[in-house]
Amino acid sequence: MAFVDFRNVWLAYNDELLAQGQYAVEDISLQVGEGEFIAIVGPSGCGKSTFMKLATGLRRPSKGTVTIGGQAVNGPLKITGMAFQAPSLLPWRTTVRNVMLPLEIVEPYRSSFKARRDEYEARARQLLQSVGLGGYEDKFPWQLSGGMQQRASICRALVHEPKMLLLDEPFGALDAFTREELWCTLRDLHAAQKFNVILVTHDLRESVFLADTVYCMSKSPGRFVVRREVELPRPRDLEVTYTPQFTDIVHELRGHIGAFRNKDGKSGIAVPQ
Amino acid sequence: MVITKTMERWSPLVVLLAVLLLWQLAVMGFSIPEYIFPSPTQIAAQFAEFKGPLLEAAWKTFWVTMLGFALSIVVGVLLGFLIGSSRLAYTALYPLMIGFNAVPKAAIVPILVVWFGIGLGPGVLTAFLISFFPITVNIATGLATLEPELEDVLRVLGARRWDVLVKVGLPRSLPYFFGSLKIAITLAFVGTVLAEMTAGDSGIGYLMQTAGSQQRMSLAFAGLVTIGAMAMAMYELFSWVEKRTTGWAHRGSQAD
Repeated sequence: MAFVDFRNVWLAYNDELLAQGQYAVEDISLQVGEGEFIAIVGPSGCGKSTFMKLATGLRRPSKGTVTIGGQAVNGPLKITGMAFQAPSLLPWRTTVRNVMLPLEIVEPYRSSFKARRDEYEARARQLLQSVGLGGYEDKFPWQLSGGMQQRASICRALVHEPKMLLLDEPFGALDAFTREELWCTLRDLHAAQKFNVILVTHDLRESVFLADTVYCMSKSPGRFVVRREVELPRPRDLEVTYTPQFTDIVHELRGHIGAFRNKDGKSGIAVPQ
Repeated sequence: MVITKTMERWSPLVVLLAVLLLWQLAVMGFSIPEYIFPSPTQIAAQFAEFKGPLLEAAWKTFWVTMLGFALSIVVGVLLGFLIGSSRLAYTALYPLMIGFNAVPKAAIVPILVVWFGIGLGPGVLTAFLISFFPITVNIATGLATLEPELEDVLRVLGARRWDVLVKVGLPRSLPYFFGSLKIAITLAFVGTVLAEMTAGDSGIGYLMQTAGSQQRMSLAFAGLVTIGAMAMAMYELFSWVEKRTTGWAHRGSQAD
């Protein structure tokens, strides 16, 4: 049975929109195996973030069902971790204490937090070191660069060892070089810990480099239009992004996005970037 | 001109001395009589002469203000907490509070006197009534303007409302809180003096009222200066506490 299971999910943001038949996402179905890395790409405003809200349980579907890890999603799940486009670190906490935040919230860590604080702190420090933030643990977030803050934010999403990591355009605000570095960081963490990842992005290269399966979403209505498995062997090196095979997949996905833009009667961009 | 750190540090004192000098020269130059507008030296002389009564009155005013201020911190924080953390409470209570805040506190003092008599009660309560509002508004603003992203970080983990409030809402509104304390403390002094002038039997306000009715302008001005000095000292105290506890919110100005 699939680990993440969306069956014919529709979501309207409120009753009024529901009555008008205005859905943010329509008829979404997907099945994700355990440990699979999927990416969702599409133009902005296509309902990618809505999809994330459904997966985290922050929103409940108007129609259809969402099941994760065999249980129906009725509210926020404790087995997920999430990172956003903005690092959203708390400026009054040091980096290591920011990373420890989920342990103060999520059971079973919460009830043993006081007693086993040293152990948890050691874990947070180790995690920070594993993404190259050794030596910055006791700095405040605003003393760190944007890329470092985003690394810390990903550590925070992972510290309670979630079974599923949700990433909502986590590298969108970073420069190209930092972004590629963080791709590798994420690739290594995923290889080592085998959690599920759902990555929402509008960077096609990013999705092809990182994911096992890429889903393309169309804009209004937000629907999945293409499912593309990426058969590139793992572990993938950054070099792979310059191979013809890689470029072909990116090109193909770009074609899909261009195509359904045209169908909407909007100006399509034929040239892949 | 190059502005150095030393110049910046001493600039308030320089301005103060310049104003005093200008004041002295103006009074002497235009030969303004003391009972209209006393000069700084005349006020200083009154200070020396009435040191005892002035200090006693200042002490009285100070701790009445502190009582009222303490009350307004407790009530202001709790009310701000309520209004800032619940949309319903915000909508329901805010208009009433605005209306209440617009009522001139001088108009309330006589009512307070009827209820509590001459003495401590009206002073403490006026200081409280005039100063809790900025605290409430600032705490409420701090909580209500919480970035949704920061809240989502906790909510996806299944955090309860209380967790969000304690882990994010409160620390985030601390700078607002200290900012409001600086405003509230000066207002609290205004409240106390107001009550003392209208219905007091002691304190700086009462002293100024008495001195004024006897046409002893220099003594009345000495009272004014005392109040100003106390309010400034308390303001500086809260500024210092603010910088010590919420430095993260002032990092821009502290960076160099």
